[in-house]
Amino acid sequence: MNDAQMIHTDLDSVLSAEELTAIDRELSHVPYKSGAAIDALKIVQAKRGWISDQSLQAIAKYLEMSAEELEGIATFYNLIYRRPVGKKVILFCDSVSCWICGCDGIKQKITDVLGINYGETTEDKEYSLIPVPCLGACDKAPVMMVGDDLVTHLDDAKIDELFTDKAKYSGGNT
Amino acid sequence: MEKVLTRNIGADLKPTDLKAYEANGGYRGLRKALAGLSPKDCQDVISASNLRGRGGAGFPTGMKWSFVPMDDRCTPGHKYLVCNADEMEPGAFKDRLLMECDPHQLIEGMILSAYTIGADISYIFIRGEYVAAIQRLRDALAECYNAGYLGDNILGSTFSLNMYVHPSAGRYICGEETALINALEGKRANPRAKPPFPQVSGLWGRPTIVNNVETLCNISHIIDRGADWFNTLGVGEDSGTKMFGVSGRVNNPGCWELPMGTPIREIIEHHAGGMQQGLQLKGFLPGGGSTDFLTDKHLDLAMDYNVIGKAGSRMGTGTIIILDDQTCPVGMVLNLIRFFAHESCGFCTPCRDGLPWSRQVLEDIESGRGHAEDLDTLAYQVGYIGTIGNTHCALAPGAMEPLQSALKYFRDDFERHIYGGCCPYNTARRA
Repeated sequence: MNDAQMIHTDLDSVLSAEELTAIDRELSHVPYKSGAAIDALKIVQAKRGWISDQSLQAIAKYLEMSAEELEGIATFYNLIYRRPVGKKVILFCDSVSCWICGCDGIKQKITDVLGINYGETTEDKEYSLIPVPCLGACDKAPVMMVGDDLVTHLDDAKIDELFTDKAKYSGGNT
Repeated sequence: MEKVLTRNIGADLKPTDLKAYEANGGYRGLRKALAGLSPKDCQDVISASNLRGRGGAGFPTGMKWSFVPMDDRCTPGHKYLVCNADEMEPGAFKDRLLMECDPHQLIEGMILSAYTIGADISYIFIRGEYVAAIQRLRDALAECYNAGYLGDNILGSTFSLNMYVHPSAGRYICGEETALINALEGKRANPRAKPPFPQVSGLWGRPTIVNNVETLCNISHIIDRGADWFNTLGVGEDSGTKMFGVSGRVNNPGCWELPMGTPIREIIEHHAGGMQQGLQLKGFLPGGGSTDFLTDKHLDLAMDYNVIGKAGSRMGTGTIIILDDQTCPVGMVLNLIRFFAHESCGFCTPCRDGLPWSRQVLEDIESGRGHAEDLDTLAYQVGYIGTIGNTHCALAPGAMEPLQSALKYFRDDFERHIYGGCCPYNTARRA
């Protein structure tokens, strides 16, 4: 979005009634509006998948803070996406226990199958691949999350099963 | 051994609902406290139990609470009790189990802790990736409000408490308590300089206690059954039981509730089933990614805070990470330093600029481009980055712990990389 478009957008109409209600619920237990900044970012991202410049400006206006300050917050947290992501985000654990159990090979396998590296999204917009701090399932290493599902004991066969037969995957967890 | 923290956790790992929790003695501790114990009484019981923080630092919980201003020492207003459920330490996987399988145990512990310090608002600050735990805690909170365990005038007493689940937006640094408080306030999670400590000026500038999940899960049992009982549970110096875990290439990686003071050998060889076929134990991190390596010489030590401390490491989270003899120690340290460099909040210079420097030197050594003087550089970095006080928080000093101990125990491995011009381990699959 360029500056000219930004000026002419009515920021008050960007957020949905549902989003505003959810943000208001968070505002009820913080002493000043910017205290709900992270909650608001998560609420807006929940339906839209990511935080666009327009969403960011609208949230900042609603919380009576500068867009620049909110941008500093949004870009700090790795689960807030400032670029569009796929329908499902793959949070890939490459921390120490998963590394010992061979996660580098698994990551290569994902790249081979889906054609994406860290920070990238598949052409069909189904998946984005992002590294994540230790997922707290080290006894089941290597692990990753696909959307909301934790997938454990990863090996090449499981990656094939997950991503080469998408009809099968849509069933959810493994 | 008597199961305490995992008494309601069966092999099927099904979550315990309110009815099942109450049927097994749940909320008895809370009823006991509200019927006849003052906050001071509760504080005294927890102090006498010698419970120490299970998040990694091992600070005595009763003492931590004692710094919260009570009665006329405190200006009027809210006080806060915050549960640190931001489990993200590399190799730590204990709090997830406690929250997914027995959410009411945590909630009862939090209500009692809030009662003790006089808090009227409490938060469970939980990492966003713990989707199942977030849902189960929310379900459990709804059950509590319906049953009168939360809200106004709990169980007919004058004590009122509201509790919220706050899913985090990520970043390892949020596990540091003052960074966590800034995140709760909707800010970037930069740790604060201390003092003032959160007990005096924490969330929104008000007195705040931040305790780890496992610590809080102990509270209801101690109030219910007393400090003397809790002191008998450990088999070494420390009291209570502990969630111990093992990850790495062992036969049966997992997490078990065992008496505090259980020997490391028993945890690794018995519970974790020993090393996988063809592998030998070369070393281990006793309590997560920011603890010093120990070796096979330390296997007969007890998992007690001071015992592990005297051996030159820390018990940390109690989740052991195994280094086997076919995994490169330099590669393992590089993985850890890469993690910490990435997760630095960027506020303090030794952490923001020092950790990437360490990472660069280690990358050079691991890829066979290292020089003899690199070992001196790493030693210098350990001294500077690893000194508490050069940075606001313990992220950078913690990052230096596996590095400094690897330089001590596995120096020959570093030298083989430098003088051989390549990594001597078969790390092709981990390129």
